[in-house]
Amino acid sequence: MHEMGIILHLAKSLEETAAEQDIKKITRVTLEVGEVSGIMTDYFVDCWNYFKKRHPVLDTAELVLETIPAVTWCDACKRTYPTVQYGRTCPYCGSGETWLLKGSECVIKEIEVED
Amino acid sequence: MKIIELKETVTASNDRDAEVLRGELKQKGTLLINLMASPGAGKTTLLERTIRDMKDELRIAVMEADVDSDVDAVRIEKIGAKAVQAHTDGMCHMDAGMTRRALEGLGDEPFDLVFLENVGNLICPAEFDTGAGRCVMLLSVPEGDDKPLKYPLMFSKSDVLIITKTDVAPYFDFDVDACVSRARKLNPTIRVFAVSAKTGEGFEAWEEWVSEQVETWKY
Repeated sequence: MHEMGIILHLAKSLEETAAEQDIKKITRVTLEVGEVSGIMTDYFVDCWNYFKKRHPVLDTAELVLETIPAVTWCDACKRTYPTVQYGRTCPYCGSGETWLLKGSECVIKEIEVED
Repeated sequence: MKIIELKETVTASNDRDAEVLRGELKQKGTLLINLMASPGAGKTTLLERTIRDMKDELRIAVMEADVDSDVDAVRIEKIGAKAVQAHTDGMCHMDAGMTRRALEGLGDEPFDLVFLENVGNLICPAEFDTGAGRCVMLLSVPEGDDKPLKYPLMFSKSDVLIITKTDVAPYFDFDVDACVSRARKLNPTIRVFAVSAKTGEGFEAWEEWVSEQVETWKY
């Protein structure tokens, strides 16, 4: 739903980085996207391919998405479990006293640039 | 070819802009409150009553953010507060850059308190820091007490939860205690007010909180 907004900020961050480090061309951008970040990857890539053309430093850059599995911590039995499969309820003890450890992030891991 | 490791969130540039804006507003002594809720929760109606009650005490302005139209800004101006309408050009939220441009639209006049009425949506506005000093969310009785379960980020990011339209509570099965305990599980320090803009119930406590925040923001 907010993929377009995220792409606009991503493009801006990358342009800033390029200006700071005197990079002429970014050829690949690798993002780590959490399983429960709410980002729809197909739509996200479409938005990227549309917006990158507006930025000369990015216009040929490929976007690579690496999925980060979501993990939830159960405070009742002090164990972790996969979020997507079990949701909010701990599969070991049935407790709802749980919270997400990771999986909601969207991080720029690295960029590949022309020398 | 070379690889550069960045390890920063995709919204890092927005977070930086928001931090700068917050600092500038603090210097000016202007408290910006980011008001978030789903469409129809009563954001504009809450503002109308709040402004009427507080406009002699504080210099208040409102930035209305919508995808289209200016109906909300017109409503606010009718009651005598300065309002600007910001259009988000199809975006489902305001970010720090858009907020800065909207603030510029208010001109050079000094304000103690500026409300940003964000786009009606419980998802995206929570993800983007606008530079506001405080985040306030509304949840209306007809929407249901289960919303903290469905939109956890919004409840986690807000300093205040206002339950609105309490006058219609007899016609709905909204369990206030259940709602508050769900919200506190996500955000133990969230302040909660229950109000009705129709009857005025709960406005005294809410407005007292606003006054306190404006005072503490100035120093």
